[in-house]
Amino acid sequence: MFQDFLQFSFSGLTSGAIYALIALGFCVVNNTMGIVNFVQVDFVSLGGMLMFSALFALGLPMVPGLLLAVAGVGLVAMIVERFGLRPARSDNHLVLIFLTVGLSIILRGIIKLVWGKNRMALPPLTPDEPINILGATVLPQALWILLLTVVAIALLMWFFYRTPLGLSMRAVASNTTAAAVVGIPAGRIRLTSYAIAGALGGLAGVLVTPITTLNYDVGVLLGLKGFAAAILGGFGSFPGAILGGVGLGLLESLSAGYLSSAYKDVVAFAVLLLVLFVRPKGLLGK
Amino acid sequence: MLKLENVSKNFGGLPALSDVSFEVPQGLVTALIGPNGAGKSTLINCTTGVLQPSKGTVSFQQKKITALPAHQVARLGIARTFQNLKLFPRLTVLDNVLTGLTCEGGSSMLMAMLRLPYLRHRERQLKLRAMEALDRFSLSDKADWPAGILAYGDKKRVELARATVSQPDLLLLDEPVAGLNAEETAEVGEQLRLLRSAGHTMLLVEHDMDLVMEIADQVVVLDSGKCIATGTPEEVRRNPLVLEAYLGRMEATA
Repeated sequence: MFQDFLQFSFSGLTSGAIYALIALGFCVVNNTMGIVNFVQVDFVSLGGMLMFSALFALGLPMVPGLLLAVAGVGLVAMIVERFGLRPARSDNHLVLIFLTVGLSIILRGIIKLVWGKNRMALPPLTPDEPINILGATVLPQALWILLLTVVAIALLMWFFYRTPLGLSMRAVASNTTAAAVVGIPAGRIRLTSYAIAGALGGLAGVLVTPITTLNYDVGVLLGLKGFAAAILGGFGSFPGAILGGVGLGLLESLSAGYLSSAYKDVVAFAVLLLVLFVRPKGLLGK
Repeated sequence: MLKLENVSKNFGGLPALSDVSFEVPQGLVTALIGPNGAGKSTLINCTTGVLQPSKGTVSFQQKKITALPAHQVARLGIARTFQNLKLFPRLTVLDNVLTGLTCEGGSSMLMAMLRLPYLRHRERQLKLRAMEALDRFSLSDKADWPAGILAYGDKKRVELARATVSQPDLLLLDEPVAGLNAEETAEVGEQLRLLRSAGHTMLLVEHDMDLVMEIADQVVVLDSGKCIATGTPEEVRRNPLVLEAYLGRMEATA
């Protein structure tokens, strides 16, 4: 009994960590620009693709490959903001959100053109010898996912709370007009928030695709879950994104384990709806 | 230092400012007075890039700044406060004041990431300066509080600390003592006097006439979006137009 519970919880935590990374990416852009950035879902696919190319086209080892893939998605995200959104010169949220929908389709098209439509396999970070923890069987990749998610969250917190640029980003999130009159350039802040969102999405893609599979639209469903996680936690709240991600992951895997895997999405989204009926702003929303 | 020429601003056809021209000389305190709705805040907003004037030019140290966005105006050394407070409610009081030093801290992403030792040293210095500014406005004990939960008078002083911490070349203060009690008003007045004797250039929008008459070297009077008088406090006090439009009305109600 306990072993089952541990097994389900562990796999829930693993997918929860991935949802949390994606949800954090949604939150970063939302906080500085006030929009939902739908390109986030393609950052996830792109992370996996760049990792695939770094390993097999460039022949890089795992660690440099991972760093290159994450940085690469961050760079692409900056290009998306600079050349996709900024030329619109609009502050209308609806216009910008629809632009992100369009840019998402374009980016997915480019990924399909470059890497094709086939399913590909990405090797895990370390060889796949399952580990036994208190009777539950755990893949090393799952441990990597948890570890690197914690590292990424710690880095993110350090950046936001310990660096001048992080302070500027929190200032923009808190009051845009006040941020402008103290001299914070909105453009650079938008660019930075996209870079961070891209890196977070890319990391999620690099980490999760060895477990799922890799293809050009693998990020769409994962991204939807990450979006749901961000809403569950309270859209824009970082602790909320983490709580929402882990909560959604656990709900899915526990309902798949104890009820039926066919209903895991139904249960997860039913709980999401219930939470939003009771607390429309999400668990930790302001 | 700051020069406005024929600045006009319309809101949907309604003129808020029409052909306002005056100069803020370096090292002096210029007070901008006028009845409610005269366009004082609009004028400050048009000067700092928060709003764009419909026509006319604003120049700062001989450089035209009319079309510049707010953050670039700030980078030229112009700081301001708002009549209706624009703080960062979720940031701590100290962080609020630190943002006032944005233009001086190396905020480039790469630099922030590398976090070189000299940068760390700079950051410590910026923090020290922010703490000194909090000290001046007796807010040190609230440095770690979120600004959003402070009392109104404290918020007002946080904003002043944020605007003055960088020792800006030009300080635009939109009603710095409005809504403060006598004690707080005296304290802020003292800070303004200190800034003035340190040679800071200020444009001060204020309804507190005692403060204006005491601290201002030059007074500009706005009424219904038009500049109706400019001069020393004494001259303005005697100007019949001003008496009619503003001081007279005030004396009648006082």
